Formats: sequence, C-alpha cells, structure tokens
Amino acid sequence: MSNLTSLTLKAALAGLADKSFSSVELTQAHIDAVAAAKPLNAYVLETPDKALDMARAADARRASGDAGALEGAPLGIKDLFCTQGVRTTACSNILGNFFPTYESTVTSNLWRDGAVMLGKLNLDEFAMGSSNETSAFGPVVNPWRAEGSTTQLTPGGSSGGSATAVAAGLCLGATATDTGGSIRQPAAFTGTVGIKPTYGRCSRWGVVAFASSLDQAGPIARTVEDAAILLKSMSGHDAKDSTSLDIEVPDFPSFVGKSVKGLRIGIPKEYRVDGMPAEIEKLWEQGIAWLKDAGCEIVEVSLPHTKYALPAYYIVAPAEASSNLARYDGMRFGLRVEGGNLTETYENTRAAGFGTEVKRRIMIGTYVLSAGYYDAYYVKALKVRRRIADDFDQAFQKVDALLTPTAPSAAFALGENADDPVAMYLNDIFTVTVNLAGLPGMSIPAGLDHKGLPLGLQLIGKALDEGTLFSLGGALEKAADFRAKPTRWW
Amino acid sequence: MTDTSKQIEGRTGPWEIVLGLEIHAQVASKAKLFSGAAVGFGAGPNEQVSLVDAAMPGMLPVINRFCVEQAVKTGLGLKAQINLRSSFDRKNYFYPDLPQGYQISQFKDPVVGEGEVLVEHDDGSTFTVRIERLHLEQDAGKSLHDQDPNATYVDLNRAGTALMEIVSKPDMRSSAEAAAYVKKVRTILVYLGTCDGDMEKGNLRADVNVSVCRPGAYEKFRETGDFSHLGTRCEIKNVNSYRYIQQAIEYEARRQIEIIEDGGKIDQETRLFDPTKVETRSMRTKEEAHDYRYFPDPDLLPLVLDSAWVKRIEDSLPELPDAKKARLQSQYGLSAYDAGVLITEQARADFFEEAAKGRDAKLTSNWVTNELAARLTAAGQDIGDSPLKPADIAEMVQLIEEDVISSKIAKDVFDRMWAGEGGARAIVEKQGLQQVSDTGALEAMIDKLIAANPGQAAAVKEKPQAIGWFVGQLMKETGGKANPGTVNQLLKAKLGID
Repeated sequence: MSNLTSLTLKAALAGLADKSFSSVELTQAHIDAVAAAKPLNAYVLETPDKALDMARAADARRASGDAGALEGAPLGIKDLFCTQGVRTTACSNILGNFFPTYESTVTSNLWRDGAVMLGKLNLDEFAMGSSNETSAFGPVVNPWRAEGSTTQLTPGGSSGGSATAVAAGLCLGATATDTGGSIRQPAAFTGTVGIKPTYGRCSRWGVVAFASSLDQAGPIARTVEDAAILLKSMSGHDAKDSTSLDIEVPDFPSFVGKSVKGLRIGIPKEYRVDGMPAEIEKLWEQGIAWLKDAGCEIVEVSLPHTKYALPAYYIVAPAEASSNLARYDGMRFGLRVEGGNLTETYENTRAAGFGTEVKRRIMIGTYVLSAGYYDAYYVKALKVRRRIADDFDQAFQKVDALLTPTAPSAAFALGENADDPVAMYLNDIFTVTVNLAGLPGMSIPAGLDHKGLPLGLQLIGKALDEGTLFSLGGALEKAADFRAKPTRWW
Repeated sequence: MTDTSKQIEGRTGPWEIVLGLEIHAQVASKAKLFSGAAVGFGAGPNEQVSLVDAAMPGMLPVINRFCVEQAVKTGLGLKAQINLRSSFDRKNYFYPDLPQGYQISQFKDPVVGEGEVLVEHDDGSTFTVRIERLHLEQDAGKSLHDQDPNATYVDLNRAGTALMEIVSKPDMRSSAEAAAYVKKVRTILVYLGTCDGDMEKGNLRADVNVSVCRPGAYEKFRETGDFSHLGTRCEIKNVNSYRYIQQAIEYEARRQIEIIEDGGKIDQETRLFDPTKVETRSMRTKEEAHDYRYFPDPDLLPLVLDSAWVKRIEDSLPELPDAKKARLQSQYGLSAYDAGVLITEQARADFFEEAAKGRDAKLTSNWVTNELAARLTAAGQDIGDSPLKPADIAEMVQLIEEDVISSKIAKDVFDRMWAGEGGARAIVEKQGLQQVSDTGALEAMIDKLIAANPGQAAAVKEKPQAIGWFVGQLMKETGGKANPGTVNQLLKAKLGID
C-alpha cells in the first residue's frame, strides 16, 4: 500500500471517490509511513487513533453520498494551529502540555470538508526561524540529501515539519503558516508547492500568533492543483478575526491549467542580489523562458525599496511578537516556574519556557517599541512597509504577477547558520516583501541544483488574485515537469 | 483676575490648586469590548470570562459595535468632536489580572476629541471644564489578595469590560469644583444611559491630577498653553467617591505646598488615596513608571465611523441636563436653583413634569425637591421607586391651590399619604382638614373673641402687627383649618384697621 502515500491529493480523492481504496486504508498507509519516518522528526505528535476514527467517519459519509471536498484525505497540521483536545505547543516549552478547548477556524474548515488529521507537525518555536532548528522538539530533517552525501539538511522553516511531511509521503498535504516566508522557503527546500494567500484570506483565529499583521495560513502540497484544493477549503471569512476578508472564496482549482497567454510577468531587478548562486540566477532565467513559451509577456519592473524590506521586517515582526508573546506568563496555562515573588515567577517561567531565538526577538521587539526608540525604529519601519506596498502597487499597474526566486540558496546543512542569526534572516530576503505588502506568494519546485537539491521559483500576485498565481504556477509546473523525489534513507 | 477664594495660605504666601481629571466610566453594555462575554454584577469569580478575555493562544479581539455607539453618544453628550477614524493601541505591561500582557486602548487616535462640560457650583453659578478626549479601552481583571495569606487569586470577570476614559483639561481649581465636575459628568452619562454611574461598584472612578502654583501662574498657562507655568503634578489613582476626591485633593495640595515651602521639589509620580487615613501615598515614581510601549494593535483594523450613523445617534440623543434645566426654567418659570435641583436626576425631573401638569409649577417643584426628596432619602429609595406617584403630589398641590388646605395642613396630609392612608383629597375629607372659609362661622368666632378680649382689641388699633395674636387664636380654635386670608380680611374689618 506504500504507493498510497505517494499519490497527489487530487489522485487520492479520485481513488476514494471511485472506491479504489477507503479512507481507512489511505490513512493507515500514512500512519505506517509516519511511524517509519521518526528520523525526519516531522511530527511532534501523532494522532493515529483520532486519524482512524476520522477516516471511518469519512468513509461512512462518503458511503452515504455525503462526501466533502476533502473527504477522507489524511493531512498533517502545523503545531501552530490550535486543535481541540489535541496538544498544541507551537514547538515551545512554554506551552508545555497545552490542550486547547477550541479548534482553529482553518482546521475546522478542513474537518468540515472531511479531511483526516494525522497529527501535529514540527516547526520553529512560535514560527520564528528559517531552518526549523529553534523547535523545542529539535529540528526536522529534510528528506532530501545532496548527491553522495549523508549530511543532514534543513527543510527550511518555520514550516519545516509541513514541508518534510509532504515531501516524504507522510501526509497528502499540510497546513502551514507564513509570516516572512515560512511556507515558501520550506517548500522551495523540499521540492513542494506552498502558497501564502492574501493577508486576510485565511482566518488567524485559533492560530498561535507570531506577528499578527504578517501571519497568514496556507497549504504545502505536492502539486499546484493540490495546493489550490487545500487553500479553497482553508479560506473564508471569519467574524472572529477582525482582519479576515469578507469576500467570496474563488474556486481556486479551476484556475490550474488555465491559459496564461498574454499575461504580463514582472521581473523585479532589485531581486538580483549580490552573492546569489549562479544556479539560482539560471533557474530564474529558465522560469522566465518557460513563461515566455507559455505566451506571457516579460516586463522588467523596479521595486526600489526592496533592500529595506528585510530590516523593516525584522523590526515589525519582533515588535508585534514581543507583545503577542506577553500572554505566556505562567499564570493561566502552560509552563510555570515559581519564584520568590511575582516578578521572579515571570522571569523564571519565561527564561525556562522560551528558546534563544524567541528571546532574541522579544528583546528586539521590546527595544524597538521602547520610549525614545519607537520613532527611529518602529515608525520608520512602518513607513518602509508603506513604501514597499506602494512599489508593488506601481508594478502591478504594469504587470499581472511577478516572478522571482523563492530563496537565495538551496537547503543548507543543519547547524550551518545556527550561530549567525543575520545569515539566517537573509533566507527571507525574497519572501518578506510579500508579507509586508499582504500579497499572495507561491513557491513552485522548478529544478535541482548541481548537488541534486530542489530549488523553487516564487510567483507574487496582486491582492486577492491567487487565481492568476494558480494558473501561472500550473504553467510553470507543467514546463518544469519536476518529478524528482528524495531517495528514501530514513 | 485672581479669585482669592480659591487660594490656600501657605507659610510663604498664597497658593492655588490646578486639577485635571481622568474619569473611567464603565460602558453600560451587556457584553465586553472585544469578546462576547457577559458583563454583570454579582457573578461568581471567573464566571464571565471568554477564551479571548483569558488570552488563550490564537484568540482575537472583535470590537463590540454597541460599545462604540455608547462612546459616540457620550462624546456627543459632552459636545465633543467625534473622530470618524480612530484606532486601537496596545499598552504593554505584565500583571496577573491583565491576561494578554497588554491593555487594548486608544492612545494616539481616540474616538472622541475635544469637548466641554458646563458645571454648576453649589450656589448655582457655573464654570466650564474643557474635555481633552474620550477613548475606549479594556478594563483589567481583579487581583484578590485577601483570599489566602500566601496567594493572590485573580478574577477575570471584569477583564475586557469596556471603559470610557474621559480626560479633562486642567480646568478645575478647587476640590469642590472637581467633585462638581465629576457629578455633572456622571449626570450626563446617566441621562445618556451610557454608564450606570454607580461609583460604589467602581463603575465610575477618577484619576485626579493635582498640582499647585502661585497666584497668577495659572492665568499665564491659560494664555500660552505652556505647562511649565504650572507646578509638577501628581496623579492620584482610582478615587471612587465625591468625598474621597475632595479629601484626596485637599490632602495632596497641602502635602505639595509643604514640600515646596520646605525647599523641596515635587516628584512627578502616581499616588494612591487611603480613605482610612485620609492621605495619599506614593505608588510609583516617574523612574519606576512603566514604559508601556504603545503601538497600534495589529489584530484590529482602524475604527471607521459612518457620518450618517453618527448623525442618527445625535438625532436620537435624549434631552440632556443643561437643555432640560433651561427648559424647566422657561417653560415652568422655575428658578435656576430649583431647575438645577430637579435635573440632577432624570427621573426626578420626569416626576416633576408629570406632577406639574396643570398645577402650580413652583409649588410642585418645592414638594418634589423638599418633602418627597427628604422622605425618599431617609427611606433609601430612588424616586423611580417612590410609593407616592406624580398624580398623588398633583392632587395635593391642587388642594393647596384651591384653598382647600393650607401649606401647613398639607404637611400633615403628606405625612398621611406617605403612611399609606390614601389620596390627598380622601385624607382631607376623612380627617376634616378643609380650611374654614365660611365667613359667617368665622365672623361669629371673631366677634366672640373681640368681646372676650377688649384690651387686645384696643391694642391692635395702636399697633396693627398685634393682629397676629387674634390670627393665632382663631387658627388654634379651628385646628389650623381657618383660611388665613379670610381670617385676616375679617379681622381687619372688625377691628377697624386698614
């Protein structure tokens, strides 16, 4: 039954529909695959009993002719989504044994459509990281290895567990979140498709907050069409999230395979950064050629404030995080380490509960919001953010979408950037602009580097225009014909 | 011009007080500001707490439209600018009764801007207090330190409840003015129905900013707007009664004057008022003050109001105290004082207007504000629960107007009404309390009286004021029921005086 774990979501749903196999069979195959993939450390919590219960219920609904869009499809859930009665940790010690009494809106939407939960996926602590190494459960290991090497590579972050699980056949698709690139960079590092939709498309209710104005949920999947199917279920207005958009969810899958002829594609010149590997430059050129072949018009555009994006992002995101994470104080839930008085209890709890990177960002965020520094840092960063959004507005006067690399490198070795936070932050250089402007961005696997590691291309769309991204992503996917799979070593 | 009546004499000369108030008024709403949780008095600890109030991971605030409407209504009642675009900020600090680790407030762009309140002194004269702003914010929960010797408990029922913070400019110059201002704001809020005004329950409380300066300095400040003309201020937190407000200010002003006169200087700090010791104590100094790291709450969009919606609220405002007072004066011919007393409570003014229909307004007003008010106060009842209804008072007033009873007898009638003996007319009939206006009967009595007291009758001719003795005798004889007007008239004729 191992082939059941290498199906696309679309194919699996077809197989369930024509009764080639049941959800219980499909789910069991994935449970077995997960159990056999411990070295990847993708799951921080496996819920096989719950999965089989959900699969049986899905089979029953399908038998009664009541199948939802995802009926019986086993998925992995990033452990940033609160799941009712199922431990939710954000991969932080501070949440300890936290069992939410509520279900996030995004996961509720998936269960409403019949999906099955296999378990909770590993991530960087509170989604703060680009290599999954800040997780309290230890890093996820990329199923991909360089040719002839046994060096363990990062799957990227923060949605490293989601990307690895999808790449290694440990689920048919996964939920993820993206604050500065946390869906797209791991997708690029693992040869998977990831889309961060327009800010407000997916409800943030029940998702542990990192940086509220940037956080957005989205799927990681094996194909563009799978991503479209998942995003359609995950999206939708939610009155419980004031920033949720009250707007119809388009039928995203119907955009995949649509002609892209005549679409104008912008190539932002500022994304040609110093020190970018030639292979990535080459892949980008290849992507341009593919889209040209598909009938797109290529236009060079300028996003002049791009170089300020990363510094602005690393002010805004930590600022919001420093406040969002204040609720982890040991008073009501999660870890508590008693001290001699209230202040000591706060200090002990937060010192023991948060990891180094989270503490670093809380410190940065606290600093940039402090009296005397607020204008110089936070207010300035907000101005930059406005300029970046204006840059995109200008560009989208001329073009329908932008094409860029997803990340400045292929997957790197675990531990390689661990001592250098700035080098780590540079991973987000092509992705943060999209979060700052609230736009949709998608990473599509486009080729392998000379070491046989996957590389991704990023498509950036106009606000609410995920449809065009799915059409373009479909065209790139078709042209790239990316069929490589990691060789199983685990 | 310096008003010396507000000066405080120090060792080194006179001083003046400058006061600015921040009134925290709990919004009258069944639900909290950003969560659907219920608001109510008397629930058990932590029974009115939602996941949002407890700041569980992933929970998000959603603004309560009704609370915004209440704030706008209040702004309009304070004759203030309504800001069609405002926003919410986070005020960050750690405390166990603040689950989010921040309070959602409006720091930069409040929903209501500048306004003004006309305040009455006790003598009926008025002064204006300018309003700086009104903003919406969340209240914190309560830390209970008295449940266990070794632990503090937290009750989050209040956490997330909507508060309006009404910030005045430093326009009050005495403790009495500060109390009068709070009273007036409270009256306006209660009229509007935007706050129940219950100070005992803490639903209305004030932070009082106190500073002292030399005579003349305040006027310079008002001319220039330059705060450096004023003394350093101390903020006294959370004072929740008119009396405490006055006591706190008086203590604090004295304290500051003594420090300055002893050569010291005032440290800007936050202080607490201890009502038992009647003193203020330092809570935290400026150095210990929190850096609240205000920034716009990214979970909430800017609050954008539709001007037509604001207009609808404006059109639906009830008659407010100032307008009601003016109308009571013009419509009923009441004095400013009487009208002022009537409007302190909407229900009292309503009671009066109901009772005064077709009756002598001044007379009705007197009965409502004196006798009835005193009885209600003694019985601890509100006018809304009064056992005597407007029609009861009207009936009695009518009897006075028709000369059936005198005002003096009316007091007896009122007592019997209060005791539940029935309506005024029935009591008068049953008890035979009608005035004797029958001239024949009175003439006979007068003749008899003059005949029996020739000496007194002669004296009256010399000294007309002595007629009072005869009036007194007749009233005594009739049990007070003789119509005093008729008696006087008849006596004058019989005794031959003009």
